Amino acid sequence: MKRKITIRIRPLHLSLLMDVRPLVWLALLTLISGAVFVISVGIGEMYIPPGDVIAALTGQGSPADIMVINSLRLPRVLTALLVGMALAVAGAILQGVVRNPLASPDVIGITGGASVGAVACLTLLTGIGSQWVSVAALAGGALTTFLIYLLAWKKGVSPFRLILIGIGVNAAAVGLTSLLLIISPIHTTSQAMVWLTGSVYASSWETVWRTAAQVAVFLPLTLLSSRHLNAQELGESLATGLGSRVQLHRLLLVLYSVALAGIAVAAAGPIGFVGLMAPHIARMLTGPSQGQLLPVAAVTGALLVMVADLTARTAFSPLDLPAGLFTAVLGAPFLIVLLLKSERHV
Amino acid sequence: MRSHPFRTLTLRTLGLVAGVLLLLVTLTGSIKWGLTQVGWQTLLNAFQTPEPTQVELVILNTRLPRALIALCVGASLAMAGALMQALTRNPLASPGIFGINAGAAFAVVAAAAFFSVASFQAYTWVAFAGAAISGLIVYGLGSAGRTGLTPLKLTLAGAAMTAFFSTLTQGVLVTDETTLEEVLFWLSGSIVGRSLQSLTTVLPFFIAAWALTFALSRPVTTLLMGENVARGLGQRTGWVKFLSALCVMLLAGGAVAVAGPIGMVGLVVPHIARFLVGNDYRWLLPYCALLGGSFLLLADIGARYLIMPGGPVAELLAGTAARVLSDEVPVGIITALIGVPFFITIARRSVSE
Repeated sequence: MKRKITIRIRPLHLSLLMDVRPLVWLALLTLISGAVFVISVGIGEMYIPPGDVIAALTGQGSPADIMVINSLRLPRVLTALLVGMALAVAGAILQGVVRNPLASPDVIGITGGASVGAVACLTLLTGIGSQWVSVAALAGGALTTFLIYLLAWKKGVSPFRLILIGIGVNAAAVGLTSLLLIISPIHTTSQAMVWLTGSVYASSWETVWRTAAQVAVFLPLTLLSSRHLNAQELGESLATGLGSRVQLHRLLLVLYSVALAGIAVAAAGPIGFVGLMAPHIARMLTGPSQGQLLPVAAVTGALLVMVADLTARTAFSPLDLPAGLFTAVLGAPFLIVLLLKSERHV
Repeated sequence: MRSHPFRTLTLRTLGLVAGVLLLLVTLTGSIKWGLTQVGWQTLLNAFQTPEPTQVELVILNTRLPRALIALCVGASLAMAGALMQALTRNPLASPGIFGINAGAAFAVVAAAAFFSVASFQAYTWVAFAGAAISGLIVYGLGSAGRTGLTPLKLTLAGAAMTAFFSTLTQGVLVTDETTLEEVLFWLSGSIVGRSLQSLTTVLPFFIAAWALTFALSRPVTTLLMGENVARGLGQRTGWVKFLSALCVMLLAGGAVAVAGPIGMVGLVVPHIARFLVGNDYRWLLPYCALLGGSFLLLADIGARYLIMPGGPVAELLAGTAARVLSDEVPVGIITALIGVPFFITIARRSVSE
């Protein structure tokens, strides 16, 4: 027998129906993430054992440990964590809205547009502060999505058109990005290249705080609309029948997805396939109900990016590779399995 | 059946002649126009004098190879796109969208970085292999499952594989900064600075693939009526499909080996040709070849002028922090930007139907 927990907060229109199983998974994944977090902070050129890491994090370790952890390791790992959460939730929203398990911000061009914005900022306005790069990435992502939405509009937006148009717009974004790379001096080009592969390499505390603040706004917003996302997944007519204002909520949900993807891209560049993988893993663990899927997806995404970054900087040490490389290596086989199993959905 | 302008045999033949003329005009234009001013007299002299001047050398060593490469690559990509659209029954099929270009490009970059492959011959084979592998993966993925090849599935599979291969390519380039500057231009699809030798290496493959493609035009037209009909008419559909796929691999792989991944030519040109002559591949393929060549030649001329020193865009950029690395834009960027509106129009139409 399954026990259910209902959370209902009337004034916020929030209603979550939770099974116990997803909660167990959520706790388990959070524990694993915590462990990976501690290990990840400890491993590097100077190895710090997990015990010392925890001591340093609570402010009791040796000053050298605290210095290394605070100034070098912690911002990077925290950024990875936040970026993973944002990407995963952005992907989960899109897959729900588009009702296609293969949709993710990178496939339909949102991250592509954000990249154009950021690369334009990096190449045309050199010497500008990093906070503007993130603003440019957000603006680029939003503008691109607006464009995709507009072009896919034909008495409402059909999910299929949204995907196809997104792929097309993505091609234009890739073209513009390479154009920008080519007209820029070579040292910015290689800097932009690292960024383009998706890397948490240069994260500072500033990045962490900014990203954390932004994620803290949009994650709860998304969670609040999880019931609309549930409705969207039932399809156009059923959702309308349930009394959901389909087009309005579709637009809102897509906006949240764009914001989250843009935040992630601004912080770390387009780290691919996380938005695709994390929601799927979460769905396998929890089932399709969004209220429980979204939190599990967020934790899974954080775990994925942290592991990818850990692998990227240790596996080929002293080479410090972009994390996006490893999410892609994980993501492609994942996608293959998914497509092979996706008879019912696609 | 949609009606198209060239319905009768006479009109189609005339159209073909017009296509040849267009190709010749764009070819001449591509040799004549550019940063170095060339007069008509110089142009004619260049092919006759035993001791060429500097301008004449530019024509012989830079402009001519470039124009010929644009012609061959454009024709090949357009034909590959037309074949893919028939094979997959998907109006959005093309080497760029389906990840074949990206796969071939990754293969070349990886070979250059990890195995220090440097000869052009080797690049060509590596590009063929990359095109074949990524093509197979996308086709296999898109056709998996009971529902078979839906356009959406194939396009998504292609987009995902493109994302995968380009991330890997970028990863290789990040670790290997020395080749970055050199490869970056090629990676965006460029035909600048290629010698005639790079074309002659690939040309035998191109010619074989062109011949095979034209030979396939009749069976492919039959195949378009549906697999069952074609089989009922006595066609061995498996062979036709296999040979078409082989052609696509040779055409797209060869094009990437010479010019890098140039997108959208394989998508746009077959649709223009289809608008003109309809879906009869015996006419469609020659039209594709002619129009594809002209299209890339024109795009290449545009690529020369877009950020030319002294031009309006260059002036604009001079005010920003950007220091322009070269005088030209890779032609692949131009074709991508031209092609996207096309893609979107086709996507809008094909979903609503």
